[in-house]
Order: sequence, then C-alpha cells, then structure tokens
Amino acid sequence: MRITRQARAGSLESSDLMVILKPLKQGEGIILEVNSIVKNQYEGRIKQAVMDVVKQMKLDDVYIIVQDRGALDCTIKARVETAIKRAL
Amino acid sequence: MRTTMLFVPGNNPAMVQNAGILGADSIIFDLEDAVSPEEKDAARILVRNALMSVDYGNCEKTVRINSVESPGWKDDIREIAKGRLDAIVLPKAEKVEMVKEVETILDQAGGHDTAIIPLIETAGGIERVFDILCCSSRIKEVIFGAEDYTASIGAKRTKEGAEILYGRCRIVNAAAAAGVDAIDTPFTDVDDIEGLKEDALFARSMGFKGKALISPRHCSIVKEIFAPTKEEIEYALKVIEAITEAEKQGKGAISLQGKMIDAPIVARARRVLELAGMEGGSHE
Repeated sequence: MRITRQARAGSLESSDLMVILKPLKQGEGIILEVNSIVKNQYEGRIKQAVMDVVKQMKLDDVYIIVQDRGALDCTIKARVETAIKRAL
Repeated sequence: MRTTMLFVPGNNPAMVQNAGILGADSIIFDLEDAVSPEEKDAARILVRNALMSVDYGNCEKTVRINSVESPGWKDDIREIAKGRLDAIVLPKAEKVEMVKEVETILDQAGGHDTAIIPLIETAGGIERVFDILCCSSRIKEVIFGAEDYTASIGAKRTKEGAEILYGRCRIVNAAAAAGVDAIDTPFTDVDDIEGLKEDALFARSMGFKGKALISPRHCSIVKEIFAPTKEEIEYALKVIEAITEAEKQGKGAISLQGKMIDAPIVARARRVLELAGMEGGSHE
C-alpha cells in the first residue's frame, strides 16, 4: 500500500511524538528517520514500534520522520497509524 | 464502587498513560469536548491503544464518546470496543432511542459486556431521565453535566448552583427509583478548594453517590467527602451483625436501637461497608 499525500500526526508535547509521512516513488522503499530525547537508549525500540505498524498496514515507498518526546510504544503506534490513515 | 470519576483528555498521551495513578476510582477518557474536531481520529486511536496496553490497576475505564447527534460517534465505539473497556459515557443523553442506538453499535463492535453511563446535560434529558435510566440493563450509573444543562435552559451558571438544583433533584430521584448510582457534575473552578468541598458536601447530602472531576487535584478531597464516617461504619457493622443474627434465628423482622431494620437499611449498611473496604459490603 502506498500513501498519496504528506500527512502528520501527534505533537511535540512531553510523552508524545510527531510523525511526518511523505510519499516516495514506487520502488524507493521505506526510509525512517528518528529524532528523540532518548535516542541513545531507545532508538531501536522506537524504530521497532514504528515498523510494526508500517508492516501491519502493508505500507511501502514512504519517508517517515519521527520526532519523539519520550512516548510509550502504544502512543508511537497510535500516532503512526493516525498519520498513515491521514495520508491515504 | 466509585465516588470519583476523572475526565482525562483523550488526545493527551501524558495524561492518558498516567490516568491510573491520579487517585480516581474511575477514568473517563474524553473523546468529546476535550478533543478538537481535527484530532478526533488521533484521539480514538490513542485511547484504544492505551486501553489495550496500559495497566490501569483497579481503576474503572470509561470513554466519553461523541454525541450521537455528531459525526464520528460510531467510529469512536468501533475503535475503543477493541480495548479493555468497562463503560461508554454517552453525552447529551436525552432520549431512550439514543441509548438503544449505542447498544446496537456496541453489540456490533463486540462490546456486549460494556456498560453505558448516560450523561444527562440537557433540559430534555432531565425531563426524560427516569425512562432513560430504565431502558437498558447496561445502565448502572448516571452522571449529571451542569455546564451544558445550564446553557440548555438559558441560565447563568453560578457557584451557588441555584439554577441546577432542579436538575440535581430530578437526577437523584430518578436514579434512586431506577436503582442506579447518581454521580454529580464536576466543580469547574480548579483552584477553589473550599468551593469544591462545599459543593461536594452538598451533593452528598442530596443523595449523589460520587462526583465527576476535571482535575486530579480534586480526587482525594472528593473521595474523603464521599467516604463513610466513623459513625456510619459503626452503625453499618451493627446492622449487619443484627441482620445476620436474625437470619440465624429465623426472624423476619428485627429492630436496632429502637428502629426497624428493613431491606433498604441493610442495603445502605452494605454500601457503607463496601465503600470503607470492609467485610459485609454489597459486593459479597
């Protein structure tokens, strides 16, 4: 599944994150960029949470920018899902 | 059994994830007034995920959906029914048909055991409150919402609350007649603690069983006001002791301190003990 337009979800408040999605050309795959106040400790876990939703929704050819403010996994997944649905 | 029901904005992750440690018996994740129209989609997904993954301990988990007269309320139910949810809070409940519509969508979404808590906050809702409370076995509580109610009757909201007295009386009476707990409207001046105490004491004296809250700072104060007093606990223990003894002896009617002990007095005693977390309460 490919998104058709740029979309965002979430905020830069504490315990939240901002997710921005931009469509890529067919075949360009998934590019994930993570910025976080806890990047050193949790970058892998944040990426895992994002990719869980991306895979579940069978998304491809998308540039994902995450600006995390210490969100829990359930919040990360919620914001990614919202952004994807807004971008379809 | 609840005495404090705290509204938590449904699109605020910090509050949503910490709601279980704010001191309330019950959390109302709000998808209605606390969420802007363009963020409704984000809020219902966030609340659904939180309900599926956050441990809220003994807190009752409820969600205020959007009004059945607004777009999106069915989507609210379909999303949140996937989480571990105790009840739907139905805003601007003013007709039996509204409750029935919510029941239908809840059933379709798999929420067969989910309770419905009508939020009575319009003139029409006040006039039809008894019928609303009796229309479904899922209804065990009702909340009064004074801010919208005041607007609906064209009155000015005051701290003294004379303009909401009729509404409060109707709800308490209808709830008692329907066998449902009445929960009072929130006190909206977050910093006026003395005003909060007066308002909660008055609500308790009227027969409300608890209060809705909009600030975590109000939890412990309201909980204390609705908690049974030492005298009430002592009397309740005597009632239960007397009724237990009478049952052993096969007596139908008994008296305590010169007063007949009948079913409503026993029920009240059990409720007091349950609120106090003691044996003999109505959960047994």
